[in-house]
Amino acid sequence: MIRVTNLTKRFGRLVAVDNISFHVERGDVVGFLGPNGAGKSTTIRVLTCYHPASSGSATIGGLDVFTDSMEVRNRLGYLPETTPLYPEMRVREYLNFRGKLRRMSRSDRQGAIRRVTERCWMGEFIDRPIGQLSRGMRQRVGLADAIMHEPDVLILDEPTAGLDPAQIRETRNLIKELGERHTILISSHILHEVEQVCARIIIIAGGKIVASGTVDELREHIAGRGRVIAEIRGPDEKELETKMRGLPGVDRIELSAVNGWTRLALETKPDHDIREELYRLTSESGWSLREIRREGATLEDFFIQVTAEQHAKQAEAARA
Amino acid sequence: MRNVATLVQRELGAYFLSPIAYALLVIFLVLTGWAFSGGTFHQGGDASLRGLLELSPLILLCLIPFLTMRLISEEFRSGTIETLMTVPVSDVDVVLGKFLGAVAFFVVLLLGTVPYPIILSMYGPVDPKLLLCHYVGLLLLGSLYISVGLFFSAWTKHQLIAGMLSVVVLAVMTYLTRSIADHVEGWPKAVLQQLSVFSHFGDFVRGLIDFNHVVFFVTMTALFLFLSVKVLEVRRWR
Repeated sequence: MIRVTNLTKRFGRLVAVDNISFHVERGDVVGFLGPNGAGKSTTIRVLTCYHPASSGSATIGGLDVFTDSMEVRNRLGYLPETTPLYPEMRVREYLNFRGKLRRMSRSDRQGAIRRVTERCWMGEFIDRPIGQLSRGMRQRVGLADAIMHEPDVLILDEPTAGLDPAQIRETRNLIKELGERHTILISSHILHEVEQVCARIIIIAGGKIVASGTVDELREHIAGRGRVIAEIRGPDEKELETKMRGLPGVDRIELSAVNGWTRLALETKPDHDIREELYRLTSESGWSLREIRREGATLEDFFIQVTAEQHAKQAEAARA
Repeated sequence: MRNVATLVQRELGAYFLSPIAYALLVIFLVLTGWAFSGGTFHQGGDASLRGLLELSPLILLCLIPFLTMRLISEEFRSGTIETLMTVPVSDVDVVLGKFLGAVAFFVVLLLGTVPYPIILSMYGPVDPKLLLCHYVGLLLLGSLYISVGLFFSAWTKHQLIAGMLSVVVLAVMTYLTRSIADHVEGWPKAVLQQLSVFSHFGDFVRGLIDFNHVVFFVTMTALFLFLSVKVLEVRRWR
């Protein structure tokens, strides 16, 4: 549904998006994740026909965003990051105006406004001037505008930015619901949010894609150094450490005493799960075991690492 | 074209929802009223809007930038340009919609001057052809000024800068070219006279609709509209 091929966007000497490629299948809800300034909004602006690309191409439903721009815009619903709206217009008037620009007939517009008023909980303020609305209400108006013409593809740039926790939950539920009928690309710098609503994630940093896949695939991919935590009673620390070194794939061992028990934190090489061997060892040695569990590296760790790397690179570039 | 009509409608609505429109309406009526009474009610004055017409380039070059400075710069400042340019609307649609919206509001301003010829008719016969000629002149002048103002509004996201640049450029186009033309000889004089808005407007004041002058106003307006479209395109590339 969305296909981006070798896309690059430069602003003068600054390369905002650097030769990226990805695709989103029909019906997918994909998270576009990256720290601020990673190139998310720029990519989205190319996809929504706002910025022309410097090189490479992007298509929506097989149509090129540059050469078939008007047709692409018809199939898109877009919520920009800052939810820009005309403050002097009333909500109903604004939606009607937007519907007209999208060449919807009068009856279609009326039906669509009724529908989105309900879906986006705008009943209380549908006839109020936009300038009087709160941030959360404005966000809902923006979302209503993006979905009113039932587009094939929805592109939402930071849809929950600036909302309070209750509104965030509402918006998230709405997006989940929309995901059943539309192809959705959501950009965000909040991992937690993307993890909850998206089936697939694309992580972008410094204008490049650094990882992509389903949430589980990414977890698997970054699981890298898993940690196994265990609490054992019986041997002294020295003996325990020597025995542990004998287990395959163990890299680092940390020991600490907890109320007469020894708490072990074992870091293993990728793709090594030593829980079974650890259990066998304790039972054969006649030790007591009261806890054993594995801690995978979290997406958050990975994301923070990526972000930190990008910051370091930027700082380096600024010095040079 | 349907999009243009939708945009004109919104633009006109936006004018009437902003206090600046009403302030402009009042100031416009005060200034034209003053020019009308001062230029007409004196010994030997004729029953026409000539007095008002002579001052109208000055009045309009001060007022129209207030009408146009917001048009596109505000869309860039608030970010609404992004929502506008991501629905099936072309750059040409946007520029034409904004332009015609402002022209429509200018026509409303002009309607405010309709009482003047009515008052005149109480004192003496008013020549309807002359009156028509005056209003055609005002409409052409206003449209040209609006296209220049629109161009600067597309150029910067700062309304005030757009407004000030428009005033300066309009003053140069209207008066300075003519003043300089008076002090040079040969082809520069001819070129400057051809470029001077004031020279072209003069015949409308005298009651002549010369095809050359109409062509001048229409092409200059079209030129600035074209430049506005180009500026808008370029800004989206950056």
